[in-house]
Amino acid sequence: MNLDFSDDQKFLQEEARKFLDKEQTLSRNRSVLENSNKVDKELWKKIVDLGWTGIRVPEDYGGLGLGHLELCVIAEELGRFLAPVPFSSSVYLFTEAIINYASDEIKKDLLPKLVSGEVVGTLAITESFQAPTSENIETLTENGTLNGKKIGVPDAEIATHTIVVCKTNNGISLQLVDLSSSGVTVQHQENIDESRGHFSIAFENVECELIGDDGSGWYLYESLINQAAVLFAYEQIGGSQASLDMAINYAKERYAFGRPIGSFQAIKHKLADMYVALTLAKSNCYYAAWALSTNASDLPSASATARVSATKAFQLCSKENIQTHGGNGFTWEYDCHMFYRRSKLLSLNIGSLSNWREKLVTSLEQSNIN
Amino acid sequence: MDFNDTPEQAKFRKTCKEWLEKNAKHKDNASKEPSFANKDILEEAKLWQKKKYDAGWAMLHWPKEYGGIGASPIERIIWANEESKFDVPKGIFEIGLGMCGPVMMQYASEEQKERYLPPMAEGKEIWCQLFSEPSAGSDVAGLRSKAVQDGDKWIINGQKVWTSGAHFSDYGILVVRHDPDLEKHKGLTFFFVDMKSPGIEVKPIKQITGGSSFNEVYFTDVEIPDSQRLGEIGDGWKVAITTLMNERLAVGDADGVDVEDAFRWAKTQDSLGEPLLNNKAARSSIADWYCEKSGLKNTKLRTMSALSKGDTPGPEASITKIVSAGKLQDIGNFGIDSLDMAGMLKTDDPDIKKFQMAWLGAPGMRIAGGTDEILRNIIAERVLGLPQEPRADKGLAYKDIPSGNS
Repeated sequence: MNLDFSDDQKFLQEEARKFLDKEQTLSRNRSVLENSNKVDKELWKKIVDLGWTGIRVPEDYGGLGLGHLELCVIAEELGRFLAPVPFSSSVYLFTEAIINYASDEIKKDLLPKLVSGEVVGTLAITESFQAPTSENIETLTENGTLNGKKIGVPDAEIATHTIVVCKTNNGISLQLVDLSSSGVTVQHQENIDESRGHFSIAFENVECELIGDDGSGWYLYESLINQAAVLFAYEQIGGSQASLDMAINYAKERYAFGRPIGSFQAIKHKLADMYVALTLAKSNCYYAAWALSTNASDLPSASATARVSATKAFQLCSKENIQTHGGNGFTWEYDCHMFYRRSKLLSLNIGSLSNWREKLVTSLEQSNIN
Repeated sequence: MDFNDTPEQAKFRKTCKEWLEKNAKHKDNASKEPSFANKDILEEAKLWQKKKYDAGWAMLHWPKEYGGIGASPIERIIWANEESKFDVPKGIFEIGLGMCGPVMMQYASEEQKERYLPPMAEGKEIWCQLFSEPSAGSDVAGLRSKAVQDGDKWIINGQKVWTSGAHFSDYGILVVRHDPDLEKHKGLTFFFVDMKSPGIEVKPIKQITGGSSFNEVYFTDVEIPDSQRLGEIGDGWKVAITTLMNERLAVGDADGVDVEDAFRWAKTQDSLGEPLLNNKAARSSIADWYCEKSGLKNTKLRTMSALSKGDTPGPEASITKIVSAGKLQDIGNFGIDSLDMAGMLKTDDPDIKKFQMAWLGAPGMRIAGGTDEILRNIIAERVLGLPQEPRADKGLAYKDIPSGNS
């Protein structure tokens, strides 16, 4: 029985934490948010130089050839410090899609560049103010050209490439697009967490390349986010822990009625509930990390379980951290709102809480939990 | 990460399994309701305990001289894990073995340990815990039962309450006040007592479930020899804390219906013309309960991983009862609600009975062994390091502490 990370993985996590702390990542997040920079290119370059973009890329393609567990510990730290970089878009989604689904030719071309930072990727799926489904995707590929419009695409400005979930004659497919191609228009869309820029992308007769089988795109997309959900969940528990730590520190230092507010049961019980939610989420993340790293047959339910509990934990911890800080928590000056914003961003990227609850129950029906 | 036993652990698990296969029946779905009042269950439990004792499984982590086999913490978990797959009696010995045993082990004389521990492990003698009082629940150190020293014995007067199993117990551990002029925590002393001593009267309490698993226990001029004192005079609180720490480990999961039962039920139960499982709200609740259940299970696996490596587990396990008792109450409610108006009715349907029993029994689980509120205080203070609440009774002699009308 060993549901724990190895000493090497813990060391990697420790180093990642030290690095992101030294880089004053939280201040960087604030700066991107306040100046509408959409991304911190300098921090991103340093992260690329550390090799994190190549963790899962096989050595043959210039990566480190490590496993998902290494990615999980990095994700937790990126979440803890709210790193304003396109890591989730480029690594959990785009790079994983290339590793899993692309032809060897594309792999040979893109993977080394993803490692070196020359290529940054994202995933474009949403088209309107509702959840995307295999039924409502309108973006169309015919004869190798793509037409349509995607909205709310994270990190599309720094990205050089995107995978587009679109319709073809055979159903839903994944198409690879070079964002410097003619006919592509990327436009900034303001969003709730401006530390991570979101964009619309219009495609007008854009050249594209099929990834995976034509018509199997929805299945590939679902498999991709079932994996990515574990990594998003790790970012979420990192953010939950940071929110809880902030609330604990404030509750110890802030006095009211002649005593630290952390001595009041109303505050204690609130913080205890945050700890409970975080502990449940963290333990589910451990199991999901194992399922991801071994491609276990119960990965769909394990990842949905981690995703649902981590989303709930981060939403609870970030909102109650504001509440614990009282009026100060509502100010722009305090960092509380940055966690609140990021909790919403992470809970919506790759799909909402209610949709992940639905995925979880569906996977339980399929595996018949009794 | 992996879920494999080490070769030694696998060997140990195999030994457990083989013995259990020979001596017990596998669980089926028609598991019976546990009840302390049921004499057959008591006899059955004693028989099972004796069987385990003779083979060394009863208290496997105890040293050999007291009836154990000196098993490691991880081996103890492996045994519990394997035993839980079999339909065997439980609920009778947990308090004695989980709380009284460790205190006797730590504070009793060598002679007493040799006399009392083996029959406790064997199930021949049952033990109970006499702490709570009508005016001392969450604030158990506020108890007022009196102990007055008289030569080499003590005279006890007062009342205890919520004493599980007192009506069939042979011995009990007892904390009482020897000096009301001292501060609350300082005036307490700890004993063990023969429950058949003259002056002890046990009265069962009827619970909201209709059952009676615990009692009021009255002490009228009960004599206890000073040799049955555990710890020094005035050390009662320190000794009690050892026991309460063990209680939190012993109480753990709330037994009863869980998400699998809710799921199975929702597949077949009708809800306005279609299966309840098609209902959005039902699906959302099931998803959340599944996350809680998995979260607790995976938390245990993390604890086991730490033990397995010889590390001390983190404080994660402190969340178990808060989460499982609340979930039990909600799932009981879910099952009953799904029957609409007929949910009020008592029936022989075992599934419906299980939901109704869970709903009636869960309020007790949210209180026993530390209320939801006390457990949140413990997490906040001991795990998160928040300061204690200022106390109105600090520095006062016990007799001067305000006690309202209670």
